[in-house]
Amino acid sequence: MLQHALAGTGAHPLAGTAARFLWLLPLLPLAGFVINGLISLLSAYRRGPADPSHPSDAAHGAAHGHEGIESDAHPEAHDTPSAHPAAWLVSLIGPLAVGLAFVLAVVIFVAMRSAGADALHTPFVQRYGSWMPVGDLQVDWAFQLDQLSMLMVLVITGVGTLIHIFSVGYMKEDPGYPRYFAYLNLFVVFMLLLVLGANYPVLFIGWEGVGLCSYLLIGFWFEDKANADAGKKAFIVNRIGDFGFLIAMFLLFANLGTLDFTGVAARAGALVPGGAVVTAICLFLFLGCTGKSAQIPLYIWLPDAMAGPTPVSALIHAATMVTAGVYLVARSSFLFAMAPVASLTVAVVGAVTAIFAASIGLKQWDIKKVLAYSTVSQLGYMFIGVGVGAYVAGMFHLVTHAFFKALLFLGSGSVIYAMHAAYHHTHRHDDAQDMRNMGGLRRYLPVTWILMWIATLAIAGIPPFAGFFSKDEILGSAFARAQGSTLADAHWLGLSGSTVLYGVYALGLAGALITAIYMTRMMLYTFHGPNRTGEAERSHLREAPWSMTGPLVALGILSIMGGWLNVPELLHRVVPIGPTTALERWLEPVVGGATASIAGAAEGAGATHTEAMLILVAIAVAVAGIVIAIVALSPARLRPKAESPESHGFGRVLEHKYYVDEAYDAAVIQPVVQGSRFVLWRFIDAGIIDGLFVNGSAVAARIGARIGSWVQSGQVGTYAWAIVVGVLAVLGAFTLR
Amino acid sequence: MTDFLTSIGYNHWILPVLLVLPLVGAAVVLLLAHARPDARDGEAADSEWSRSGAIRWATLIVFLLEFVLSVGLWWSYDPASPNWQAAVDWSWVPAWGARFTVGVDGISLFMVLLTTFIMPLAVLGGWTSIRDRLGAYYALLLVLTTGMLGVFVSLDLLLFYVMWEVMLIPMYFIIGMWGGERRLYASIKFFVYTMLGSLLMLVAILYLWNAAGGTSFAYTHVLHAASATGGAAALWLFGAFALAFAIKVPMFPLHTWLPDAHVEAPTAGSVILAGIMLKMGTYGFLRFAMPFFPGAALHPAIRTLMIVLAVIGIIYGALVAMVQPDFKKLVAYSSVSHLGFVMLGIFALTLQSVQGALMVMINHGISTGALFLLIGMIYERRHTRALDAYGGLARVMPMFAAFLTLVSLSSIGLPSTNGFIGEFLVLIGSFRTRPIAAALATTGVIFAAAYLLWAIQRILYQPLARPENRALRDLNARETTLLVALAVMIIWIGVAPGPILRRMEGSANRFVQLVQRGTPTGPMQASTEAR
Repeated sequence: MLQHALAGTGAHPLAGTAARFLWLLPLLPLAGFVINGLISLLSAYRRGPADPSHPSDAAHGAAHGHEGIESDAHPEAHDTPSAHPAAWLVSLIGPLAVGLAFVLAVVIFVAMRSAGADALHTPFVQRYGSWMPVGDLQVDWAFQLDQLSMLMVLVITGVGTLIHIFSVGYMKEDPGYPRYFAYLNLFVVFMLLLVLGANYPVLFIGWEGVGLCSYLLIGFWFEDKANADAGKKAFIVNRIGDFGFLIAMFLLFANLGTLDFTGVAARAGALVPGGAVVTAICLFLFLGCTGKSAQIPLYIWLPDAMAGPTPVSALIHAATMVTAGVYLVARSSFLFAMAPVASLTVAVVGAVTAIFAASIGLKQWDIKKVLAYSTVSQLGYMFIGVGVGAYVAGMFHLVTHAFFKALLFLGSGSVIYAMHAAYHHTHRHDDAQDMRNMGGLRRYLPVTWILMWIATLAIAGIPPFAGFFSKDEILGSAFARAQGSTLADAHWLGLSGSTVLYGVYALGLAGALITAIYMTRMMLYTFHGPNRTGEAERSHLREAPWSMTGPLVALGILSIMGGWLNVPELLHRVVPIGPTTALERWLEPVVGGATASIAGAAEGAGATHTEAMLILVAIAVAVAGIVIAIVALSPARLRPKAESPESHGFGRVLEHKYYVDEAYDAAVIQPVVQGSRFVLWRFIDAGIIDGLFVNGSAVAARIGARIGSWVQSGQVGTYAWAIVVGVLAVLGAFTLR
Repeated sequence: MTDFLTSIGYNHWILPVLLVLPLVGAAVVLLLAHARPDARDGEAADSEWSRSGAIRWATLIVFLLEFVLSVGLWWSYDPASPNWQAAVDWSWVPAWGARFTVGVDGISLFMVLLTTFIMPLAVLGGWTSIRDRLGAYYALLLVLTTGMLGVFVSLDLLLFYVMWEVMLIPMYFIIGMWGGERRLYASIKFFVYTMLGSLLMLVAILYLWNAAGGTSFAYTHVLHAASATGGAAALWLFGAFALAFAIKVPMFPLHTWLPDAHVEAPTAGSVILAGIMLKMGTYGFLRFAMPFFPGAALHPAIRTLMIVLAVIGIIYGALVAMVQPDFKKLVAYSSVSHLGFVMLGIFALTLQSVQGALMVMINHGISTGALFLLIGMIYERRHTRALDAYGGLARVMPMFAAFLTLVSLSSIGLPSTNGFIGEFLVLIGSFRTRPIAAALATTGVIFAAAYLLWAIQRILYQPLARPENRALRDLNARETTLLVALAVMIIWIGVAPGPILRRMEGSANRFVQLVQRGTPTGPMQASTEAR
């Protein structure tokens, strides 16, 4: 209702501008999904026999079936280079659908800029129709454009377009090519719904929709059981998080009577600040975030998700979908600002996840697994940011991370592509993702090597690369909020908020050291030292085509320049290039209020020399990490995977990811499955419930046998007649009288 | 459209026509089946084929006609009017005061439309799988349809009871004669369970008839009389109705007839059982048991018991479904889970939860009906329902895989499919009055994902290891057509349920108010439930 009034006034500065084509943003990739999906389905479809159970037809079908199967009966279908006949059309439609959406997003962005930052203090809400109207529950199909959603739309469509282009080269040989692009387009649709939705339920469509696409793409090569398992695991673990999201929505509706963002923001004053209700709402929302954004305790699906094609890992499992939780917290910042305990929980979980995942990253051999744990860890930093009420810093890191992590994943894709091609040439079957089989690749993949070093320096936090600015801002905020903010005054599990925040800062700093170490380790083992791929294979290692390295270069530039989005004033004094704190000023209308209410007196109180000290410490830690890795690790001593010895001690624990998967399996999955099978089904259902009726059933069965023998003697026609006549007699005779 | 319908007097004849047409169809089918073949011996086989063809087509045409005719109700129904619509009131058994009174409100309207929508699909789904005694089979399906529609539109309790029985007997025969290996056991179990309940209900109906003066079985008349009964009598009467309906729902722990009946029934039987007949129980609660005896229904102990059983049903059904090796049994247990949502919504008694319950009733009919159709399709090809017998089908049957995935997602309750709308409304509504129960029920969404995704993984994904699966052919035109119809409904209801919700709202609201008369006096509870 409220939105309707807002949209209806027409007074919004964006009314009549390009923003009125907001609806077209998700519709463009949706069209891509429909076309690619139809191409995929119709080209693979072979019509079945009119009578599937008829013996002659079945034989006929069988003959045809075998004929059709033979051509691609190779056990690893995705290894067989057999480009889809409609691949050219798909290559055109897939990237174009997202590319056009990006162009539109830029046009809308320009419209927002020209409308003037001061004029846009309320979101531009467009209502397209009613979705679930039930009494006082009114959920609309409505989109909301504000600075936060604009930022997300630009990242999604921008990085999305680059990854679509990369995919054209990477996936071209795959027989499932149209299906791949259909899923990828669908993912962009849901991701845009997620960030454009004007209420929690529409956001939730996107939220679960991206999870679905993630499921489909992780299990893209579904004939491998491990891949199918990984997809299923991702979906189910995410559902546990979604349970929290749903409860949060129920709480919101039960207490505020609305689920629109504007409505909730307007009525949030009815909640007691710091009270149980708002804290519960925020904690349940955050449970949803731990699922989608892979935080402790629900992070376990993300490393397995690497089973999907590498561009998928870049787009979904690094740049966009997994950051949805950070977006959700920023979107609900006005609620989190009222719940210091929940905010501290977010920060603590983020910090613990950051260092925990980073430590696992130290001992992984699969290049994508290193990056997966790195993503979990970096998401932890974003949650530190939004947890301590530095919403801009969290979103800033989301953006820079989208650049450098997408680059790292696509770069690793480029490496895997080269390794794969080499193995393919020599018909060898070895692990193309294991770093022990790589080494010295800088000589064969020079462009990828340079670009990945850029991304590595960015993630490690070396100035002037993008990650330095955003990570520094997060850690700086955590430190600053430890004094004088509402969080510092709160209590968390008996600890004072101040202590907690200093702890968060310390964990974050330690995590930054480990980050620098494991990233340098990955680069050393992959690109430096002697090559371990094999004599015959070595000559076939070469750089991927330009359709793939092109997007890498674009992301490389963004990874270098991204930090300039939000340069703090202090550093701007040192290097006066470009605007200062541009992102902060851009996001001010959305999260400014919440930030101010948390920061309170702490805002601006931090002395310049403290800030400078923090920056120097951060740089020192990053440099130390890189140096430690270079000094301690020697790629020359590494052996190929097949010849490598088992690791021992704590290294072994790290390599096995602290045995968390095993613990969950033993503590949760097996009890539930075996309990359901043996206790609920066999014992209660078949044993007690049916068993209690055993005597009755036996009698019934005996009577039944008699009725049955009569039934089966062919007299049923008579019986059915009797029913019909009886019914006609009863209904008809009286009615027609 | 409305003008056109008025001009042909649609509301005056539609319901009797919908009830009589299948009976006429049944007569035609039996005549076709028993007509003496006029062909000579040489052409016997040929004429046998054309005879079964004629029987099938006659049945399908009747069902399609039913559907087309019934769709007019969508426009002719006036959501703003509190009256029974398309109502017809004819004299029937004057000696007892029973009348042929039928009519629809926003609740029965969608049950009628669901029935007429599912029936042609059920017939198409079993098009080639039924081979013997075709005449009897299709005649029973047609009679069954009259019974089911009759249950939903009857506004006279005796007529309702007659229709209830008319519905049970054909299904008993369909399971017992055209079912699987253990059909006898399953059909007897089905029969004994439901008969037990319906006999109790008959006693309760006769008691009420007597209490109301013994002059009328009319719904509103009995409603007044029933509301007047209090104390122990009301509890016993409610118990009789509730037991009959709870068996039919089925509620835990009265559900064990369902997996057997589902598994043994032929495809069309399972589709009808799950799609339509499981709604009879919840419909009975909405129409009779709760409005008649609001005091008993809202008695704290009874209400809590029902909500607890509903939540147990949701979680228990899902967990047991998860470990089933037989796909049909898995879906059968998932029905226990889904119907638990309906019962929770009804007994939570808020507008959202009741409308959500109605949506789940519709959606379960569509999605579970579609799942049984899909199972029927692979069963016809491979003659097994064991999940382990499949694997990798997405490779050879991509169209089947696409539909199975979509339908499963709708059953899981993915937002933007129909399944989400119902579950979300039930839960958000129930949370207002019963937060703990609603929160526990919400865990059902996790288990639902677990059992269905695991099932479709074992069917569609993993290596295409078995040679007999490699030879499978994808869907044919008939199968694709009927699945497209279901897929359209899944997406349509998921994206734009507004028109349906608005048509239901008035009746759902009346239901809530009728039952709230029974609220135990206490200012706290009254104020929370009035929201």
